[in-house]
Amino acid sequence: MIKMEYYLVVSTILMFVGIYGFVTRRNLLAMLISVELILNSVDINFVVFNRFLFPGQLEGFFFTLFAIGVSAAETAVAIAIIINIYRNIRNIEVKNLREMKW
Amino acid sequence: MDYTSIFPLMRAELTLTAILVLLFLYDLIAGERGRRWFSAVACGLLVVQVIVTLVPAPAGELFGGMFRYTPMDGVVKGVLAVGALVVCLQSDTWLRRDDTRHKQGEFYILTLSTLLGMYFMIGAGHFLMFFIGLELASVPMACLVAFDKYRRYSAEAGAKYILCALFSSGLMLFGISFFYGTTGTLYFDDLAARLTGSPLEIMSLVFFFSGLGFKISLVPFHLWTADAYQGAPTAVTSYLSVVSKAAAAFVLFTTLVKVFAPMVEQWQTLLWIVTVLSITVANLFAIRQKDLKRFMAFSSISQAGYIMLAVIGGTPLGMTSLVFYVLVYLAANLAVFGVLATVEQHADGRISLGDYNGFYRTNPRLAVMMMLALFSLAGIPPFAGFFSKFFVFTAAFQAGFRVLVFIALLNTVISLYYYLLIVKAMFITPSDAPIAPFRSDNYTRVSLALCLAGVLLLGVVSAVYDGINALSFGL
Repeated sequence: MIKMEYYLVVSTILMFVGIYGFVTRRNLLAMLISVELILNSVDINFVVFNRFLFPGQLEGFFFTLFAIGVSAAETAVAIAIIINIYRNIRNIEVKNLREMKW
Repeated sequence: MDYTSIFPLMRAELTLTAILVLLFLYDLIAGERGRRWFSAVACGLLVVQVIVTLVPAPAGELFGGMFRYTPMDGVVKGVLAVGALVVCLQSDTWLRRDDTRHKQGEFYILTLSTLLGMYFMIGAGHFLMFFIGLELASVPMACLVAFDKYRRYSAEAGAKYILCALFSSGLMLFGISFFYGTTGTLYFDDLAARLTGSPLEIMSLVFFFSGLGFKISLVPFHLWTADAYQGAPTAVTSYLSVVSKAAAAFVLFTTLVKVFAPMVEQWQTLLWIVTVLSITVANLFAIRQKDLKRFMAFSSISQAGYIMLAVIGGTPLGMTSLVFYVLVYLAANLAVFGVLATVEQHADGRISLGDYNGFYRTNPRLAVMMMLALFSLAGIPPFAGFFSKFFVFTAAFQAGFRVLVFIALLNTVISLYYYLLIVKAMFITPSDAPIAPFRSDNYTRVSLALCLAGVLLLGVVSAVYDGINALSFGL
């Protein structure tokens, strides 16, 4: 059986890949995808902890289900806003969102 | 389970849900004519909500500890409802314009949804409940920020808000997942008993704190604030700066003091740094702002820093002073935003500092109103802001944070300078093209009268402070 640490390594890598992507990507959709990576790493964490450390309860599984649902709703809103930006300026590059600064 | 016990404890949430459904149906059924009464209906229902929420009830738990109610929660929920009511009153002029009239139902429903989310966040006794409340408070908020969908600024602000919200909630969940891994529970009470303060838990605490710090817009997490405030419609900005921030600050206090009690040294250090940064950085940035909404954004960041002074001690006095500070801040800030919103509507969207030159000559009453509110924000006696700042400083000083209080006091002087810049523009600087005299509508007048009463009376009428203080016993 695969040990718990391996799962945690995967989820931590996902987490920091997400953070790196969020900071460096210059396209709104790419940033959104990076954030989704972070949320997925959290889901893996909850499931793994529940499965390996506390097999008698279901709290982590429940949390994961709710987190998936909520993040889907958030993504829907984010994509709606991004589409609205595209309609306004025909572009979703971050460098064009500099109207407001300092 | 006894279902009759649900209503007294969850009455704020249940009435608010009922109001949401009613407004939704009203929006659906009422035609073009019926919608003219929309704001009156919405504000009337919100008055009912305030009354229902403020009726005292004994503390209790529901759903196996998932939802909790204390009398203090009831007070905070009532204060938030008052804030939402004032914002709804002030947004009426804007919502009656031709380009927004068809979607005023959406505005009220989204606003009240975020309020419901904050209620659940405050009442949570389990991290799942807390997380859902937080998201319910921030996802409709992003829709509100991007509400003016043909204005480019609004869309830009919405994108910045939702991406930062997603990112910070991701970080927060990462922290919570390690709390679950180390303790095996997500109930607040059980967590408090099982936390040990191991390095892994300290890391999780930092991640968790960043999630709430985003909502309160404390300094390392404040980067979205100024843009979202400037780009959002003015009514949404005032809601964002007062109600959303107040709820998150209260929740931060209760979670840190109740759940993270075993790690008190760690979070006090964290909060110390964040408070100093918030107050100082925000004050320095506020000085150079020319757009008043942006200016109020930095002002609200520094006010959030002052609120953290109440949190850092974690004492009952801190709790009282936090709720009192929030109440006073609500009155003063909503007064400023009320003036800004009504001027923006009557003077073709003029909102920069230079536009307010000579404002006193043309609109003396609004100028005096704004001046009183700014004095209260700066903390000049005898206005309410002085007393609320005084109590916050006392709370932090008694808990032993003397250097912190000293830094905050120095910053009060800086903040006085930039608040007075606006007063100077209104009263002293002459202008070739001042804002023409106008009469604001009755809704705005009522809301400004409420705020003025708050600014003048909250500090002097000691019954308010004593009433809050009586409830903060035992946190």
